[in-house]
Amino acid sequence: MAGYWKSPGAGPMSAVLRRVFVASLLRQRLAAALSLLAVTLGVALALAVQVIHDAAVAELGRSVRTLAGEADLQVVGGKEGFTEEVLDRVLALSGVEEASPVVELEPVLGPGGDDRRRLRILGLDLFRALRLQPGLRPMAPEGAGRLATLAQDGLFPTPAAMTDLGLSVGGSLALGAAGVPPSVWRVAGQSGVDGAALGGDWPPLAVADIGAVQWRFGWLGRLSRIDIRLRPGVTESQIRASLEGLLPAGVELQRPVLGESQAAALSRAYRVNLTLLAVMALLTGGFLVFSTQALSVVRRRSELAFLRAIGLDRRVLAQGLLLEGAVIGLIGGILGVGMGYALAAGVLAVLGGDLGAGYFQGVAPALGFSWRPAVGYAVLGMVAALAGAWAPAREALAAVPAQALKAGDEIRVFVFRPRFGVAVASLCGGWVLCWLPPIWGISLGGYGAVLAALVGGLALLPAFTSAVVGWLPRPGAVSRLAACRLTAAPGQAVIAAAGVLTSVALAAAMAIMVASFRQSVVDWLDQVLPADLYLRSVGGGALDEGRQDWVAAVPGIARVLWTRQDSVRVIPQEAPMALLVRPVTAGVALPLVNEGRPPRGAAPVWLSESARDRLGLAPGDRLPLPVGGEMREFGVAGVWRDYVRQQGAMVIEQDDWRRFGGDPRVHDAAIFLTEGTSPGAVARALNEVLGSGVEISEPGLLRKASLALFDRTFAVTYLLEGVAVAIGLFGIATSFAAMATARRREFGMLRHLGLSRRQVGRMLALEGMWTATAGVAVGLGAGGAIALILVRVVNPQSFHWSMDLHVPWTSLAAFAILLVGLAALAARLAGRHAMEQGAVLAVREDW
Amino acid sequence: MLVVNGLARRIGSRLIFQNVGLELPAGACVAIMGESGVGKSTLLNCIAGLDRPDAGHVTVAGVGLADLNDEGLSRLRRTHVGFIFQAFHILPHLTIGQNVALPLWLLGESESAAGPRAAAMLEAVGLAGREGGWPRELSGGELQRVAIARALIHEPGLLLADEPTGNLGPEHAGRVLALLRAGIEQSGAAAVLVTHSREAARWADRVLRLTPDGLIPEVA
Repeated sequence: MAGYWKSPGAGPMSAVLRRVFVASLLRQRLAAALSLLAVTLGVALALAVQVIHDAAVAELGRSVRTLAGEADLQVVGGKEGFTEEVLDRVLALSGVEEASPVVELEPVLGPGGDDRRRLRILGLDLFRALRLQPGLRPMAPEGAGRLATLAQDGLFPTPAAMTDLGLSVGGSLALGAAGVPPSVWRVAGQSGVDGAALGGDWPPLAVADIGAVQWRFGWLGRLSRIDIRLRPGVTESQIRASLEGLLPAGVELQRPVLGESQAAALSRAYRVNLTLLAVMALLTGGFLVFSTQALSVVRRRSELAFLRAIGLDRRVLAQGLLLEGAVIGLIGGILGVGMGYALAAGVLAVLGGDLGAGYFQGVAPALGFSWRPAVGYAVLGMVAALAGAWAPAREALAAVPAQALKAGDEIRVFVFRPRFGVAVASLCGGWVLCWLPPIWGISLGGYGAVLAALVGGLALLPAFTSAVVGWLPRPGAVSRLAACRLTAAPGQAVIAAAGVLTSVALAAAMAIMVASFRQSVVDWLDQVLPADLYLRSVGGGALDEGRQDWVAAVPGIARVLWTRQDSVRVIPQEAPMALLVRPVTAGVALPLVNEGRPPRGAAPVWLSESARDRLGLAPGDRLPLPVGGEMREFGVAGVWRDYVRQQGAMVIEQDDWRRFGGDPRVHDAAIFLTEGTSPGAVARALNEVLGSGVEISEPGLLRKASLALFDRTFAVTYLLEGVAVAIGLFGIATSFAAMATARRREFGMLRHLGLSRRQVGRMLALEGMWTATAGVAVGLGAGGAIALILVRVVNPQSFHWSMDLHVPWTSLAAFAILLVGLAALAARLAGRHAMEQGAVLAVREDW
Repeated sequence: MLVVNGLARRIGSRLIFQNVGLELPAGACVAIMGESGVGKSTLLNCIAGLDRPDAGHVTVAGVGLADLNDEGLSRLRRTHVGFIFQAFHILPHLTIGQNVALPLWLLGESESAAGPRAAAMLEAVGLAGREGGWPRELSGGELQRVAIARALIHEPGLLLADEPTGNLGPEHAGRVLALLRAGIEQSGAAAVLVTHSREAARWADRVLRLTPDGLIPEVA
């Protein structure tokens, strides 16, 4: 007989699994549907985040490859480029088959600088470019003559740029850049490149002769980059060895695809954070499966005991219960994949490939189906559901059939022992994980600590529930009954509140982290924007000393602090860092987080936190930097907070820069006005003096724009938090619905003893409220711990910036009260169905 | 204490019973017998105001049930009615003492006041000192004794017992019935005992049989 039951996969066994176990999901349709929805949402959100990001990175890569054409390597310099002599040295190398010089600028449109739209101009040597970048080939209209493409005022926008800017062949447009007078260009034809291949073509792109671009924008003798094609058989390392010592300091050889991987690396941490949120939603879904299965096992306790009594194998019982979870996980996973792709398509259309964060501006990704993430996330959904079904299955296996067949035995399931050992081990483990360094730039230790904090919170929930309920006043029979239930069966709270705890912890952690970040950004903006006006050069131009004097001479200006914006590639093959040249000691405020003294004989350099982490330096360390074409000795004098340049930035003294022979031209200025001077009047005067090549802003507008960008970046996190909390509330509703069904005999008996329907409803609402209170309270505690991990570990490791902790007490309190109220309502409504059944029928069922 | 007049109940188109009449003064105990499905429990539920009859009326302690809403019926039950069920229905998450004290809680008594009375009641049913224990620690007979204590603790005027010995063996059944009878006599409550068992019915003052056309005296 035992063999009959033990034949896995055989007909009778499959029938048992199908009819007894899977059929139970159909009996509890609402709870199963909500579990399914939770798993579906979790999978969909996680997959959508990944798919969107991958599509954006792939599109960026396509755009980089189109612009680079058939180049094998590129010589790139800083913001101000490098001298044309480098081209001669490159062309002289025997391994180089072709080298195409490029000047890339972004001037503003309009003669007076009033039109703030920009155009991205690629100045190309058209003969060389034809061989190396055929996709960018300019095409003059028929009959324009063979040399039309070399006209000194000829511009060849892409078809997309023509449409965006309303241009037509034969028309003209004025372009402005800092330090040079506005120039008028003639639309001499179109560039052959397909706009879509350039990632949405943002800003609109045009091609022109390199000589014309150099001449008209003050770049004579300088290049932005050189695209190189190697002779067959020549390797990158051979060229690298040949160029050794031939490239000026700060000029590097890199592969064209590096831009793609740099952008991907920058956005990866943001994506990992979003994925974490989505996985948390999936985790909450897993807890919902746990609640559904735990209650289902309680409801079927005598049924399962009976099956065991008549010979059902323990292994088959476990298989059956896990099969129920697997069915939810599988269907949820498949639906989640479909919903994830639909969601990704919608989000790409509305927010773009960076989910609002600004990493892939101008990239218009196309969505493509890929099996690997689809299968991966579907499996993850199934794992979450199986994990949810695991604990109830274990409990069912542990039950002694004879005992479980007895009336009232189900209360044993709810008598959870407080797991102090698990709680302490989790919290200690989490603390240890916080000290691990990031792995592949991702704070895996931090995320592990987040999980440990959650597990610790869940382990403490039964004890906390008993303590809270024991402490509460019990003035009447209804509150006394509710309190007795929760005190004797704190496991009920664990089952119902596990989802709430997880979602509240997540939402609270994100709320605290975002509030901390936002307040830190506000404080930071106050520190870095102390002046009355800010001037910024545009179009790749710079202001020479003469123009600096003009600015200083404008009436009403008391003081001007100039900044030169350059870039420097300190680590080969990695993204360059911003190099800011400022008069630090003369009064430019740096939001320092750490100070030190540079080594003797070295000029001071102040590193941003990101630069410090990427370079692995501390105050007092030496750092050679290229200035004026030579390497100069600098020493780290401090570390400052920078929320703008995630790739890293460093500040050096203006006097040192000039002393070492650096270019005296500048790009930005902080302008302090004399008392009583109108900023608007000075801005107008500056526009008159400098023309269209500069943008002048008041700090209030800059602050507003920065915070608007911040809020846009984090908008998607609020959405994910909302979804997680909604899933948590589903948890309360489904748990109480299932528990109310399981307890309808109890309600029937209470109705016999004189409890009215309303009183039974109040009892359920109280249980829901207290359960949610415990879940929310422990969730807030765990959320606080997770927020601390996010602020102190995950953010510094992922984004390389620190922030001060700010807790939005009022919002959190309002959120907690609302959630507890909603949970009470959900429990009350969930119990309604059970109460509607006759008390008479209920007590007639065998207890 | 209990007056039932012309009571009829249908379920769908099926007539369960009609013309049921019963008058029960305080201290009297009647046993109602009948075949399975004849409507014994339905009659009990109509008497308790848990089921609405299709015709006739029920008066408990001078109050007509037809005039009461759910709140009023609940109040009447917690004040004047005690229940004993076949399946005991002892709440597993309350201690034994709390289960017994439950009717007093419903009448507004504090835990501290209800506790000693529950302990005294448990002593009366032979379970002295067990008030701190849990229902899962008790046998079937002991659970029904707890149920009797719970049914009598608030001194109801009417006790309704539905197959009180249905889940017990003969030895336990005899002890439980003796206890029940003693409790009824001591409290002066009127009692309706629904049962299949002639042994159980023997403990009542009168034995009636429920038929579709009303209650008729049971012939021994």
